[in-house]
Amino acid sequence: MPGRDDIDRLVEKVRTSHRNSEPLRICGSGSKFFLGRPIVGSVLDVKQHTGIVSYEPSELVLTARAGTTLREITKALTASGQILGFEPPWFGENATLGGTVACGLSGPRRPFSGSARDFVLGIKCITGKGELMSFGGQVIKNVAGYDVSRLMVGALGSLGVLIEISIRLLPRHELETTLMLELDEKSALDEMIRLSGLPIPISGLSYSSGLLRIRLSGTENGIASAAAQIGGQDDANGPEYWLQLKEQKLSFFNRNQILWRLSVPVTAPAMNLGNDCLIDWGGALRWVYTDKTDQEMFEFARQLRGHATVFRAESYYQGERFSQLSGVVADLHTRLKSSFDPAGILNSGIMYSNV
Amino acid sequence: MDSQASNQSRNPELANALRVIVGSDAVVTDEEALRPFECDGLTAYRELPLMVVLPSTIEEVQRVMRTCAQQSVPVVTRGAGTGLSGGALPLSDGVLLSLTRMNQILDINDSTHTARVQPGVRNLAISEAVQHLGLYYAPDPSSQIACSIGGNVAENSGGVHCLKYGLTVHNILQLKVVTVDGELITVGSEALDAPGYDLLALMTGSEGMLGIVVEVLVKLLPIPPVAQVVMAAFDEVERAGDAVAAIIGGGILPAGLEMMDNYAITAAEDFVHAGYPVDAAAILLCELDGTQDEVDSQIAKVEKILTEYGATDTQVATDEQTRQRFWSGRKAAFPAVGRISPDYYCIDGTIPRRELGTVLTAISSLSEEFGLRVANVFHAGDGNLHPLILYDANKEGELEKTEELGNRILELCVEVGGTVTGEHGVGVEKLRPMCLQFEDPVIEQFHAVKAAWDPHNLLNPGKAVPTLARCAEFGAMHVHQGNLPFSNLERF
Repeated sequence: MPGRDDIDRLVEKVRTSHRNSEPLRICGSGSKFFLGRPIVGSVLDVKQHTGIVSYEPSELVLTARAGTTLREITKALTASGQILGFEPPWFGENATLGGTVACGLSGPRRPFSGSARDFVLGIKCITGKGELMSFGGQVIKNVAGYDVSRLMVGALGSLGVLIEISIRLLPRHELETTLMLELDEKSALDEMIRLSGLPIPISGLSYSSGLLRIRLSGTENGIASAAAQIGGQDDANGPEYWLQLKEQKLSFFNRNQILWRLSVPVTAPAMNLGNDCLIDWGGALRWVYTDKTDQEMFEFARQLRGHATVFRAESYYQGERFSQLSGVVADLHTRLKSSFDPAGILNSGIMYSNV
Repeated sequence: MDSQASNQSRNPELANALRVIVGSDAVVTDEEALRPFECDGLTAYRELPLMVVLPSTIEEVQRVMRTCAQQSVPVVTRGAGTGLSGGALPLSDGVLLSLTRMNQILDINDSTHTARVQPGVRNLAISEAVQHLGLYYAPDPSSQIACSIGGNVAENSGGVHCLKYGLTVHNILQLKVVTVDGELITVGSEALDAPGYDLLALMTGSEGMLGIVVEVLVKLLPIPPVAQVVMAAFDEVERAGDAVAAIIGGGILPAGLEMMDNYAITAAEDFVHAGYPVDAAAILLCELDGTQDEVDSQIAKVEKILTEYGATDTQVATDEQTRQRFWSGRKAAFPAVGRISPDYYCIDGTIPRRELGTVLTAISSLSEEFGLRVANVFHAGDGNLHPLILYDANKEGELEKTEELGNRILELCVEVGGTVTGEHGVGVEKLRPMCLQFEDPVIEQFHAVKAAWDPHNLLNPGKAVPTLARCAEFGAMHVHQGNLPFSNLERF
């Protein structure tokens, strides 16, 4: 398959940087640079390492080099009637598979079919010592060795430079439809919990501007009977809504203010933080703008038994981006980081000051 | 369990210190009483531990760990002891920490669809406890009636339905873990993700090497209203394999998709009379679940594909009784094979499905080469093979020959891009094949990951990851395969 193998150059560059203790900033297309703490380092460009290495639809597995764009992957999958089950946000036309997995973000389908890490089967990466290593594999069931490939998902490149990823796929549903119910926020949250407990093929539950949207994916008959059970109105613009929600293109996201991501149990109550709240993941994900300070928000999320992330912020924002870890867990992070990257050269400081 | 009179502890000070923590009835040192703990489900390996400690609370686990860590005593954690790879094999100089007394379901939440359970709770007990809410816990390892959730986490257990519903790692949200120093940490969260590295994924399947799981928050799913199974017979194994690829390539995600070869079919049929066609080279069992409408349309599709791919016979179980009967043969496959052979040895390799034909052909010629029969039971949907090597342990040298054949099969799995263990874990049993699958730097990295959690190597030492020295020895042996110089050597 077409593409370009850039491993040798990447390995050499990491080795040199390791010898010189020179920090690196791993770069795909740059579509998600806004995530995490700002870091310095010379750019390690992975986007030239491209190409689908293997894809056989009957295996439900695709292996691609990290610089391969989601566009190329989606094109190949669409032709065979398959999808990435975690519905990753792109946040840019040229978003790469490597960046997507390193950031570990998942779209509206996440509560119903799984997260980015749930779908990763194997990873080839370069550690901070410049060693090329393979973890996991291309098979769904694999318990040989520690699950390092899943550990890499969402680690923001701080444990290894992702080089090649094997990912599990899902068959594309026969049909998809979106229903709308007009509800206040509290009733919508209750309804999402109720619907999540029913054995119906739900693939999205989101609430914004007074409307609960329910996406169903399945066979024609299956959807028809579920829709009859739920009621509500058909949303002809359903596909557009879910795309804009995932890509943060809804007008809700148009503010020049810190965008907070709150990951909470679905039972967390409606949040009265002064502004609208956009709800995804059946209530487990809340996007908010607020005038509260970062420390207040981290504490607010903690009390709800969840955690908060400064998802997007202006460049002058100097605070922490992620909820802080407890002492023992923070120490474990430091030791794990140094086991993969002893000189601390890979995206160091992107998550916390120590990792 | 313990009587002071027959206390023959080889480390009485430690035993006394631990009795103060957990009570005298929860420390076992008497040889007779230790005997049941000498092995797990892999009975070929046995060792008496120094003592068995049975804590009842998280705090007791913490204090036991602090005491053991201070005295540099290794600790092997054990759940129900049903593991198949010797992961809970005791160490003669170590404490065996049995978590069976921590067996309470702490909370069931009907809104978040979660249950908070102690590690000793049995897998099936969770589903039973939430059934009245229309919910269940999805992973269903074949030992689910006995195995405990703590052990499931340690092994990342799967089951017949994991093609659609995932492994343990996909069905848990949060763990409470006691570290080697006795610190209590929480990994994962009550939300759908957690800040920092994904330690929940790292802990899952780590075989008791990184920490001790003392509480698990599991995800519950709505019980599918309908489940139906189709059975199809084939006169060639390859055709059955092609049909599997066609079903999955055709956009269908079955809840379960199993294959059995003729040896396994015949053995199962003789044992439970499931109604299997005994003249078939292979049968497929394909289960679809969901709403009645979803299942109806998928069954129609599957039947069409099976016929197109040359099934000589297809039968849909239209009632629950028939469905149970079809599954009974598959579920009884291992004991059924046990009836036609004095002993059998179960392999757990996983391969990409496309390699099925190649691998089965190669297994059959290896079977001839070694003069040992092999029955094949296969989680066809996810590529997890369970070749069962039939042997007689009473015949001199036959176990060694069997293990060598097993290694050759696993080598084959690795060669075609698979893995040496799909769901049973490495434990002590698969240390040698681990050397085949991973290169030295990766094995070193695994040791470094362990050291980040357990710097003094006190948690289940010697399991799951081979030392490089051992791999070097195995490599040397590998050159002279078929003529092992140290066949009686422990395979650590």
